[in-house]
Amino acid sequence: MEQGKIVKVAGPLVVAEGLIESKMYDLVRVGAEGLMGEIIEMRGDRASIQVYEETEGLGPGDPVDATGAPLSVELGPGMLESVYDGVQRPLDVLERMAGAFLARGVTAPGLDREKLWEFTPTVSAGQRVTGGDIIGTVQENVVIEHRIMVPPSVSGTIADIAPGAFTVTDAVGHLKTDAGETVALTMMQVWPVRMARPYARRLSASEPLTTGTRVIDTFFPIVKGGVACIPGPFGAGKTVTQHQIAKWSNAEVVIFIGCGERGNEMTDVLMEFPELVDPYSGEPLMKRTVLVANTSNMPVAAREASVYTGITMAEYFRDMGYNVVLQADSTSRWAEAMREISGRLEEMPGDEGFPAYLGTKLAAFYERAGKVECLGVDGETRTGSVSVVGSVSPPGGDLSEPVVQNTLRVVKVFWALQDQLAFQRHFPAIDWLTSYSLYLDKVAPFWKTEVSEEYRGRRDQCMAILQRENELAEIVRLVGLEALSPEEQILMETAKSIREDFLQQNAFRDDDQFSSLKEQDLLLKTILLFHERAIEAHAAGAALKDIFVAPVRERITRAKYLGPEDIDQYESIASDIETQLVGGGTDEDARAVYAGGER
Amino acid sequence: MREYMTTRDIVGPLLLIESVTDVTYGELVELEYPDGTKSLGNVLEVNGDVALVQAFEGTRGSNPSGTKAKFLGRSLELGVSRDMLGRVFDGLGRPNDGGPEIIPDKRLSIYGSPINPTARDFPDDFIQTGVSAIDGLNPLVRGQKLPIFSGSGLPHNELAAQIARQAAVLARSAQADAVGEKLEGEFAVVFAAMGITFEDADFFTQEFRTTSAIERAVLFLNLADDPAVERIATPRMALTAAEYLAYECDMHVLVILTDMTYYCEALREVSAARKEVPGRRGYPGYLYTDLATIYERAGRVKGRAGSITQVPILSMPDDDKTHPIPDLTGYITEGQIILDRNLHRRGIYPPVAVLPSLSRLKQKGIGPGKTREDHADLSNQLFGAYARGLQAKELAVILGEAALSDTDKAFVAFADAFEDRFIRQGKHEERSVAETLALGWELVALLPRAELKRIKDEYVAKYLPAETEA
Repeated sequence: MEQGKIVKVAGPLVVAEGLIESKMYDLVRVGAEGLMGEIIEMRGDRASIQVYEETEGLGPGDPVDATGAPLSVELGPGMLESVYDGVQRPLDVLERMAGAFLARGVTAPGLDREKLWEFTPTVSAGQRVTGGDIIGTVQENVVIEHRIMVPPSVSGTIADIAPGAFTVTDAVGHLKTDAGETVALTMMQVWPVRMARPYARRLSASEPLTTGTRVIDTFFPIVKGGVACIPGPFGAGKTVTQHQIAKWSNAEVVIFIGCGERGNEMTDVLMEFPELVDPYSGEPLMKRTVLVANTSNMPVAAREASVYTGITMAEYFRDMGYNVVLQADSTSRWAEAMREISGRLEEMPGDEGFPAYLGTKLAAFYERAGKVECLGVDGETRTGSVSVVGSVSPPGGDLSEPVVQNTLRVVKVFWALQDQLAFQRHFPAIDWLTSYSLYLDKVAPFWKTEVSEEYRGRRDQCMAILQRENELAEIVRLVGLEALSPEEQILMETAKSIREDFLQQNAFRDDDQFSSLKEQDLLLKTILLFHERAIEAHAAGAALKDIFVAPVRERITRAKYLGPEDIDQYESIASDIETQLVGGGTDEDARAVYAGGER
Repeated sequence: MREYMTTRDIVGPLLLIESVTDVTYGELVELEYPDGTKSLGNVLEVNGDVALVQAFEGTRGSNPSGTKAKFLGRSLELGVSRDMLGRVFDGLGRPNDGGPEIIPDKRLSIYGSPINPTARDFPDDFIQTGVSAIDGLNPLVRGQKLPIFSGSGLPHNELAAQIARQAAVLARSAQADAVGEKLEGEFAVVFAAMGITFEDADFFTQEFRTTSAIERAVLFLNLADDPAVERIATPRMALTAAEYLAYECDMHVLVILTDMTYYCEALREVSAARKEVPGRRGYPGYLYTDLATIYERAGRVKGRAGSITQVPILSMPDDDKTHPIPDLTGYITEGQIILDRNLHRRGIYPPVAVLPSLSRLKQKGIGPGKTREDHADLSNQLFGAYARGLQAKELAVILGEAALSDTDKAFVAFADAFEDRFIRQGKHEERSVAETLALGWELVALLPRAELKRIKDEYVAKYLPAETEA
């Protein structure tokens, strides 16, 4: 391979001359320590290289070695439960090699070369296979069966294949192509990160990705294969929301990219996920998770690469037929990495110094999400999906800034976090008035069959109540609650109940962090039943203030802490509502209970 | 040694030196100007045989023909040793208290290396600062970076000094309902001043002296009349000393960095001189990454006894939280303590704006064994109730007190009492966390019991003071 020489060093950007045969986006090794870098601009024989490690100590004359290959990731058994940096270096391995601090030039392959995996073939010699066909399986851990596929561009007839224990680079068998060449089949595939993996067909997605977070699942749902963004100022709870989705969503595989964020947050995930139990499999959450951690103080160019590394892994699991959730926290840091590199290249800037191609890059990234019919013609058709949830950290919480605006053009779900709500400790601080989901109509049939006929109707009714509350709030602010009609006062009270008893959810309370769709529906049903009975009771002569202090309200408030095993309690709450909210009647009792503070 | 007299351009704090060989990125340079002034510098960019050097101590006295530049073949380093404790240094790590040079145990690059995320240990040891507004609501945890967002004229220095004076770690308590004893441990304070006035710096020095905290403190001072570009190195000097004390001498180090705003301005000055494409308000596009390389040096490392806790102070221009400096800081640090001018005007010290302040690690640092089982619920309740009280007060301004419901009136009374008794405390008053919690319970007792929705029933039953008033 050819060798070039450095002529210029400016931060993470190095310019080298003498790289004539290299191509755009080729990987190169920079300096005597062989630091990883990628060619991002070529002028004549001068190549601009973004370097994935600290460039201190490099100078003109130092060598740059071409590799002739683009930046790629290794895909195969061993990815789950790993922690990688932005260019797929296993951080736990680096720690063993170099200690607690990241040292330069220390590197290790993404997949363990020594480890033996028990391979079971699912095809036999003589069988014809094409790209994407599954040729065997490896039980990677108790949760995930790793399906070994023929690389996308290969097809032919299986010459030989055998069960047994292999490393990822051993040939588990061979394949004879139509041209007569013999290709070794290994469990590891190498794929360039900036290229989307192929599939047979894109499908329209309609199954909800449930997260256990009520405001998301009920009010602004996302589908398996959908795209969502969470913008919000700092402290509004982006990361907690992302963690909730990583923990409780009903996807089979979760890829979590910590892109330019805090080191301690990654540590939190690293320490917590092995302990937490996946509600679907009963096993530790870590077993279905791959972490890509490129914290804010790690090299900025590797941050730029990290989202591509993550989504390529997600696509690979999708190709096996899994539903994958990819979370990028935060895409703003990724955009800033692009801006920083673009600045060093002295490119003409667009909005706020971001490169002019920011929108294109963001759109291309989010477009790699989706539900697909996987490549391969073996047996029945496989479908898989990649859902992408990206958080955005707009400067000063200003949603008109370029990253938010370019993201909104492509995502279908918008969970707007509001710092005002966070100040009131209303968590998750997702603003119900500005957030939206374009998947509502798509999930409606699923809701109807899997949850209840009325779920969608209840959701819409609650939304309407919240909307109305917002309009009335203005009047209340000016002339006071008493100016409203009794029905409106009841509506205000119900809206408050929806906010406090349904929307607010404590991510740190064991009995509140996860709500199933069924529980969410029952909770809505209960709140709306109170609403209806309150209107009726008032019409029958009950005083508003007595209705509002009915003892059953206490039970409604605490209903969200009920577990799945307490589902019958909702009926008893409903019967309490029926008995306590009647015209006249129980006022005195209600007051007595209220004053005494008993329950 | 490579020495050159080939300076071509001098722009602001930058020098362009030609015909150099074997210069590397980040290399340290010793500059000597024709009038005899000396300055240290480092290489910001090297392009062929041209090196761009930033002069930490300014370019006054230099000219293109008479400037000597010596490239030292290493990056900017700090000689570290345990003997640094009790000493005062300038912004570039040279003793300026008249004492002898430090005999270094080792020399470390001030840029450090990022901690491998897998090697980090999660910060979960509660630090008792003795300040209710922090301990009760936004507790500080060992290994955290929790900045104070302040404004000119607000008592951030007093608060930082109080934290430095009172900070203590509690023993793990075996009982969920009791708070552990204060622990004595090897504790140090590293203080870095960037561009603050002599008086502000003197306040800290005197404060440390009178409480004899100076013996376990290391001070790096770059004052307002010191060279601005030197400030870019100062926090890194301080953190290098802190890392040595924490990870090699097993000490728990509290780092106070003040004022980050002047640091960022120095960065902007260099960026402008380089004619870089600016980001927001003229600050360089890489400000986030640059700040992260400072703040992320807080933390704990598995298998090492020490820790680094950072309390950076920054004054928000015009009290504007959306200004790029507080904004980017907030995105990196684990929360923020915001000081409020209105509280200050009303004579409440410390004027902590409780609602927008936040400690992201509090969930991990409090609770049974660490503080007390009811801490999290109680603090949620205090937050919620105070927010509601303030809302009701706003309403009362428009409609008059009479328009409020009885419940709202209770919340108003709560909010007033909360500011007056919970937030307000003396500059030398140290409240244990048990005292803070007891005070919190006294205050929530002002509310109707049915409103205590955020506290588990069992805690209400156990801790709510017996009926004092309706």
